Amino acid sequence: MNKTEDHLLLPISRSTEGAGGKTGTWRVFKPVIDESKCIKCMTCWMYCPEAAIIVSSRKEYPRINYDYCKGCLICYEVCPVPGKAIKVEREIR
Amino acid sequence: MAKTIIDELIEAGEYVLPGTTACPGCGSTLALRYVLKALGKDTILVIPACCASVYQAIYPKSAINVIIYNVAFASAAAVASGIRQALDFRGYEDVNVVVWGGDGGIVDIGFATVSGAAERNENIFVICYDNEAYMNTGIQRSGSTPPGARTTTTPLGKIVGFKKPMPFLMLLHGIPYVATGNVAYPLDLYEKVKRAKDIKGFKYIHIFSPCPPGWRYDDSKTVEVGKLAVETGYWILWEGRNVNGRIDIKLSPPSRPYLDPAKRKPIEEFLKYQGRFRGFTEESVKRLREWIDFQWNLLKSFLGTK
Amino acid sequence: MVLRDVITGNDAAAWGARLSKVEVIAAYPITPQTTIVEKLSEWVDKGEMKAKFIAVESEHSAMSAIIGASAAGARAFTATSSHGLLYMYEMVAWAAGARTPVVMAVVNRALGPPWNIWSELTDVLMTRDTGWIQFWASNNQEVLDSIIQAYKVAEDRHVLLPAIVSLEGFVLSHTSMPVIIHDEEKVDEYLPQYNPPHYIVNPKLSEPFAYGNILFPWDYAKVRLSIQKAMDNAAEVIKKAAMEFREIFGHWHGDLIKEEYTDGAELLIITMGTVAEEAEAVVEQLRNNGMKVGCVKVRVFRPFPKKEIAKIANEVSKIIVIDRDISFGWDGILAGEVKATLHDFNVDTPVITKIMGIGGDDILPEHIEAAVKEVYK
Repeated sequence: MNKTEDHLLLPISRSTEGAGGKTGTWRVFKPVIDESKCIKCMTCWMYCPEAAIIVSSRKEYPRINYDYCKGCLICYEVCPVPGKAIKVEREIR
Repeated sequence: MAKTIIDELIEAGEYVLPGTTACPGCGSTLALRYVLKALGKDTILVIPACCASVYQAIYPKSAINVIIYNVAFASAAAVASGIRQALDFRGYEDVNVVVWGGDGGIVDIGFATVSGAAERNENIFVICYDNEAYMNTGIQRSGSTPPGARTTTTPLGKIVGFKKPMPFLMLLHGIPYVATGNVAYPLDLYEKVKRAKDIKGFKYIHIFSPCPPGWRYDDSKTVEVGKLAVETGYWILWEGRNVNGRIDIKLSPPSRPYLDPAKRKPIEEFLKYQGRFRGFTEESVKRLREWIDFQWNLLKSFLGTK
Repeated sequence: MVLRDVITGNDAAAWGARLSKVEVIAAYPITPQTTIVEKLSEWVDKGEMKAKFIAVESEHSAMSAIIGASAAGARAFTATSSHGLLYMYEMVAWAAGARTPVVMAVVNRALGPPWNIWSELTDVLMTRDTGWIQFWASNNQEVLDSIIQAYKVAEDRHVLLPAIVSLEGFVLSHTSMPVIIHDEEKVDEYLPQYNPPHYIVNPKLSEPFAYGNILFPWDYAKVRLSIQKAMDNAAEVIKKAAMEFREIFGHWHGDLIKEEYTDGAELLIITMGTVAEEAEAVVEQLRNNGMKVGCVKVRVFRPFPKKEIAKIANEVSKIIVIDRDISFGWDGILAGEVKATLHDFNVDTPVITKIMGIGGDDILPEHIEAAVKEVYK
């Protein structure tokens, strides 16, 4: 704490990834993209409420960021591929 | 590959940074991703007390990559008005000033403030993510809770009161742009915010935002619940403008088939997924149907020659 | 160009805001503040004042709007009274925590029910715990001058707290007095444009941040207690600002306090607001009759001038505090603060509280004289 500024300690937070910690630890079930079935439609990426699916272009397979994925499984629900291109695993710790 | 909307959305980047303290499956953060993709980095979010004030996470970190000014519950639209006037005075007219709040701070306690700012046609966005109760304080009923829904303050289902038709009320203020959105239709929401961005004046957007713990459904069903809301006619996607003394409403493509009641899925399909409607009585279903009819009738009177 | 005019306290407040070149005004009318808002609207609409006027729909929104405006980097102003102040109370407290150096003119008015539009100081005194600096004016020139000084103090980088300038309803607000309206350029020299040194809500000038999201208790304590430290700094800044004002404009209303006839005084009258001028006149007369009486006007109630009052109190044998206010279940608010101050500094001079003028009831020189004669022995 800077002594000369201790009359002006401000409640200012900086924007950063992982602001709430490694929210991946919240998971019970883990979605895993099956690249053999994935058609790169990007629907899972579109609907992730956490922006925890990483996509840099439509040419690549989406990648789930397991540091932050909370395991809500919306991605699994919205996957349009018959039989789903996402597998759900129970997280074992 | 030709550039598509998906490429545009990918290029827009993410302003919601993973690691928020939102519940898994939250409708609000999903909606915010698209609102901010459309508005871009020169945006200020004015956030009253609501889930968003909490899912930003804890000092000294913020999970959202734009300036956020957290404010007291009822004050958001007035603080936003002050920010807007100050920025305009100093020549920063092209910065987006956006109130991002839940139904509590915008439809109930903040209503007078929102209404006043709308009457002054302040050049701001007020965007409400409607999770249909005071979710941040633990699921109490709001003016936006639908008839029949259980909350901690309506434990047997909402018997007293209707659902405040907020987007219609805002349209009647004579403002240049009103729209409804739904987290299950993110492209629709994105396009609407992008269109609204270029309009000077007060812009109101009301977004259907399913809440897994509050509505008591499995986290993974947020998009499913959102889709059913539209397919049963419960939630209508539309855009409204006030042009030359005339109110003009356009139905958005996802809702167009449901103008015809025969095409709508039975309301029970929407209710059965959600624990907040558990044990719904005939009476509450009747009132819900009344609410659906009320909205469509209101809408039809502004649909012009259609 | 200097203007000499005979104007009401409300017009003087409006001139204070105009000379301070405020950039955003958001205000809601309430008797007896209304003519401040009307004057400012007139000037803005006629283009005589370059400012944004937000005709908000309530006082709560007025304070909210100026907090937003100040956070975004503009100098902001509002005005209210009594119930308007109480209606915005939540946001008054918020402004201090937001460290937005806004200035608010409050035209003191009694609270209801029953309805009463006349002067009483309780309204602003009810905000004494919020972290706002409080100036109390005794005449219309002081109203104008204090608003300019208030911005200088509030925006000082060692302070950055909002400030109230109080003026009594009808006694000052609607009473015309000779006032000197200073040269604009001289005011610019004293008070340059506001540029927040701490944070600015503008993505063109600042990287993304969140202001005020949740803190755990240990962090909160440090952040909030820094307001107390800013208040400590404010006392010195107020003195400096008053001295500099005297150098440039030649006016002196006191800094934290204004003492008159205190040399060799045995009885001291402590007052606040317009009563100070009555007390001064009474003291002058009593002195001419050989009574050793002095008076102190508390010009700044927050930060409370503890050292200054304790020093003078130590040299007198009795103190009368005139309170045009009351804290139910306690006593006169100013008297309470004086008593606590004396205790802190081990000064055992007895303090007698006189509650007068509640609800705008006249406080006449004979009332003050009677109080003095009762106590002076």
